[in-house]
Amino acid sequence: MERNMTRIALFAALIAALGLIPSLTLAFGVPITAQSMGVMLAGAILGARRGALAVLLFMALVALGLPLLAGGRGGLGAFVAPTSGFFLGWPVAAFVIGLIVERWRTGPLAVTVAMASIIGGIVVMYGFGIVGMSIALNKTLAECAALVTAFLPGDLIKAVLTGLITQALARSRPASLLSRP
Amino acid sequence: MISLTSPVETWAHRIPAGAKLLALSIATLALFLLEPFMIAVATLAVAVLYLSAGLTFAAQGLRHLRMLWPFLLLIAVWHGVTGQAQAGAAIALRLLAALALANFVTMTTRLTDMIAIMTWLLAPLRRLGLSTRAVELAIAMVLRFTPMLVENGQRLAMSWRARSRRRPGWRIVMPMAALALDDADHVAEALRARGGILPDIHRRN
Repeated sequence: MERNMTRIALFAALIAALGLIPSLTLAFGVPITAQSMGVMLAGAILGARRGALAVLLFMALVALGLPLLAGGRGGLGAFVAPTSGFFLGWPVAAFVIGLIVERWRTGPLAVTVAMASIIGGIVVMYGFGIVGMSIALNKTLAECAALVTAFLPGDLIKAVLTGLITQALARSRPASLLSRP
Repeated sequence: MISLTSPVETWAHRIPAGAKLLALSIATLALFLLEPFMIAVATLAVAVLYLSAGLTFAAQGLRHLRMLWPFLLLIAVWHGVTGQAQAGAAIALRLLAALALANFVTMTTRLTDMIAIMTWLLAPLRRLGLSTRAVELAIAMVLRFTPMLVENGQRLAMSWRARSRRRPGWRIVMPMAALALDDADHVAEALRARGGILPDIHRRN
């Protein structure tokens, strides 16, 4: 009980920290926020249930008015912006990623986690993001889908990095991979 | 950690948080149902709301709206090309008004008041016999540990720079996650040693 709670809390703090560290350059010198990678990592490392709870806890703190989103944003405004669909999809994305990593046990871990992150962190999360954007901007789903493709390269990089990071963690400390006890 | 509550004391700070949240929910819903002309009126009303709290406060509020400019630009171009200027203006104003209203509540409500609201919202769970202490403790822990994890990250980045000429990148995320999990285990042990987080439930082991 205590262990699960502290792990959920510390991962929520990790998601916050990944958004606060300035200019954490992920790859090829493109400064993309590592925060949504924190969401992918939460699912991949903590598993479906704990990962989703860590993300929900983080979202609760944003709602309370803390500037924890990348760029120092936060507060209730995070729930009504044009990009809020993505934000609301975070816990579902973490859950789906966790579920896939828990169940799909064949093949190299890095590949499984990267695939899970693409399914959860791109397919599922973009689903939410596109619906949110279509409501906020009053555009059709297809038009919004075309708009969000701009985020695709960055998120593909994050999915691959999530795979590599999870694999490195599992290799150096197998006990840390709580999604596969 | 500093919350987004505005340091400028306004009249809205004195209104109960619950009332503000309820009004915000209704107003946001209304923004999506109103006619274009009424949206313009509502946006004007939001602007008056900000100005009633003083110029300093209004300027702060305006800064929080900066994240919208790519979307406003997009709408301007889109509706400029298709020639539906009025529809475009309505969408743009609705975006501005909805975000500004939500920010207004955040800027005028103290963190302690927001936490009180959340505790109240969790009350039904307590009725069902679930302890919400874990949630409250988890919130406090995130507040305490976020700056510490940022510091961990900065230290890892520094030690990376001491050894490499390249910039620290995603590689420091793995040790950051590992350190966070270590800290989680230490805190869990400390909590257990102090009687755990559920002292009201009889433990068998």
